[in-house]
Amino acid sequence: MQTYDLEANGLRGLNSALQELNGSSNKTAWEIVNPKGSHAIAVGLNSPIEVTVKGSTGYYCAGMNQQATVKVEGSAGPGVAENMMSGTVIVEGDASQYAGATGHGGLLVIKGNASSRCGISMKGIDIVVHGNIGHMCAFMAQAGNLVVLGDAGDALGDSCYEARFFVRGNVKSLGADCIEKEMRPEHIEILKDLLARAGADAKPEEFKRYGSARTLYNFDVDNAQAY
Amino acid sequence: MDSNKIPRTVPIQSATFSNPINAEIRRAAATGIYDIRGGGAKRRVPHFDDLLFLGASISRYPLEGYREKCETKVTLGTRFAKKPIELDIPVTIAGMSFGALSGPAKEALGRGASAAGTSTTTGDGGMTPEERGHSSKLVYQYLPSRYGMNPDDLRKADAIEVVVGQGAKPGGGGMLLGQKISDRVAEMRTLPKGIDQRSACRHPDWTGPDDLEIKILELREITDWQVPIYVKVGGTRPYYDTALAVKAGADVVVLDGMQGGTAATQDVFIEHVGLPTLACIRPAVQALQDLGVHREVQLIVSGGIRTGADVAKAMALGADAVAIGTAALIALGDNDPKWESEYQKLGTTTGAYDDWHEGKDPAGITTQDPELMKRLDPVDAGRRLRNYLKVMTLEAQTIARACGHNHLHNLEPEDLCALTMEAAAMARVPLAGTDWYPGKAGF
Repeated sequence: MQTYDLEANGLRGLNSALQELNGSSNKTAWEIVNPKGSHAIAVGLNSPIEVTVKGSTGYYCAGMNQQATVKVEGSAGPGVAENMMSGTVIVEGDASQYAGATGHGGLLVIKGNASSRCGISMKGIDIVVHGNIGHMCAFMAQAGNLVVLGDAGDALGDSCYEARFFVRGNVKSLGADCIEKEMRPEHIEILKDLLARAGADAKPEEFKRYGSARTLYNFDVDNAQAY
Repeated sequence: MDSNKIPRTVPIQSATFSNPINAEIRRAAATGIYDIRGGGAKRRVPHFDDLLFLGASISRYPLEGYREKCETKVTLGTRFAKKPIELDIPVTIAGMSFGALSGPAKEALGRGASAAGTSTTTGDGGMTPEERGHSSKLVYQYLPSRYGMNPDDLRKADAIEVVVGQGAKPGGGGMLLGQKISDRVAEMRTLPKGIDQRSACRHPDWTGPDDLEIKILELREITDWQVPIYVKVGGTRPYYDTALAVKAGADVVVLDGMQGGTAATQDVFIEHVGLPTLACIRPAVQALQDLGVHREVQLIVSGGIRTGADVAKAMALGADAVAIGTAALIALGDNDPKWESEYQKLGTTTGAYDDWHEGKDPAGITTQDPELMKRLDPVDAGRRLRNYLKVMTLEAQTIARACGHNHLHNLEPEDLCALTMEAAAMARVPLAGTDWYPGKAGF
């Protein structure tokens, strides 16, 4: 286990050290102490290492992650795991707005609640939130899965494309062109797998599925009020 | 009285309800949808044509053309980047997406720019291998949609341009109609084929200058602080936007006026939102000077740059470089008279064709149609762009020498006068034959 004191040694040294790992190093486990809400912790990683942040983080922790597993033992600021390509990011506490924004792949697990715009413009990432999510989550979501064990706020999935949303609790309101959809066996399988990988104690059958009605895919003036 | 002998009122067309306006009213009434088109503002606005260079005289002596050196090199990104971009000429190619443009057109832009010693820029939709391969200096746009955005391509870029807005539609997002969403474009953007693709108007994970500063930090951390980071804004509040971009940590500010083109946006947006390029430059330069970073944070100006004279005028007003988009497409072959019969079939004419979003471009540039794309030879088109860039540079050098300068960057506002009150006020250079411009203190 490599221990890095962020307060003492600075951000550039941390990210530089983590980014230099190319899969052939034995330094595969890292612990970051004294994060104290710093921004851009463990960004741009691209090797199968495990990084544990001992505390809460600021903006963009694990941004653009590839391959690595990053665990935040605290809460995460805005944009955690933004544009993630692969790997796993786990937040033990709550996540601020834009969690998993534009993510292309990998798994983001938030064990607390997620604020507004979680999964905004997601492009293939899987996100599992153990608690509730705020308003405008999955806005313009393109691909991937957003799983919410709690409740969802206003305008879930507004203007979404082909992403899937699974919510166990209440949805305050659906956004434009987002509708409840049939839960077919293949969706149960997807959900079962995601819940297991996220360590979530819930049954797939308890969830409802939401997604795009596809009525806004091509502009029609009669839908102008929806834009 | 013989009614045939009564003098008649000559039919008078209304200046307010002109034929083009009436035609648009009829079109809107028939279709129920606003007009979408490509390009920039077509209306007449104060522009570089309204400025003149004074040239040398007794008080200033010129440099000998073809004999005495007039340098054109420019370095971009000297503030924080470990590897600033060094260009042979101060004319760069603005961001235009693969999707909006065909693959061969993007390749031609890369070929032409590289041969002329300058940079080209990606656009909404990500970086293609062809574009990277044919561009010696490639700027990677970081846009609100983040289509195709990935850290591998980010690290392949020679610079990153965080796009906040563009001159044709400051405050607006993008639109790529379904006709142009081919299999490849759809795959790059993670979208279903054939849908109307919307690009967001603001970034999904930051709002405001304080957030932008953190976003720039993240991008620098991911790219090891190697490459310059540009911030591109549409011309709206150039003083404050420039100051805030500097505050957020930009190496380079890209400022795009309303004549700057777009692939597709509502006509009403293009013509009625934003500032003319001429009105943007001096406030932006003033902001850089007030912050003590003029020339340390470089300014790239775009929007209606067509000639070496435009290049020289923008630089005399304080820009470090310019960017061209529409002019580059014309150099490739856009709106060429040889396609006139086909433009006629599309209900338009050479020079007026702007339905770039429909994907039917006879020149094979703004299309994803495989047959139309074949019409553009990227090698020949790239050569035309190179020639054009060289001519622009020679023209700018000619003017700079005539003003007594051995570097394009040494051009200054004192080299200029204005032909109109409006241009004098916007460019803050004297009305021709006077030592006064509107707003000048002490009048």
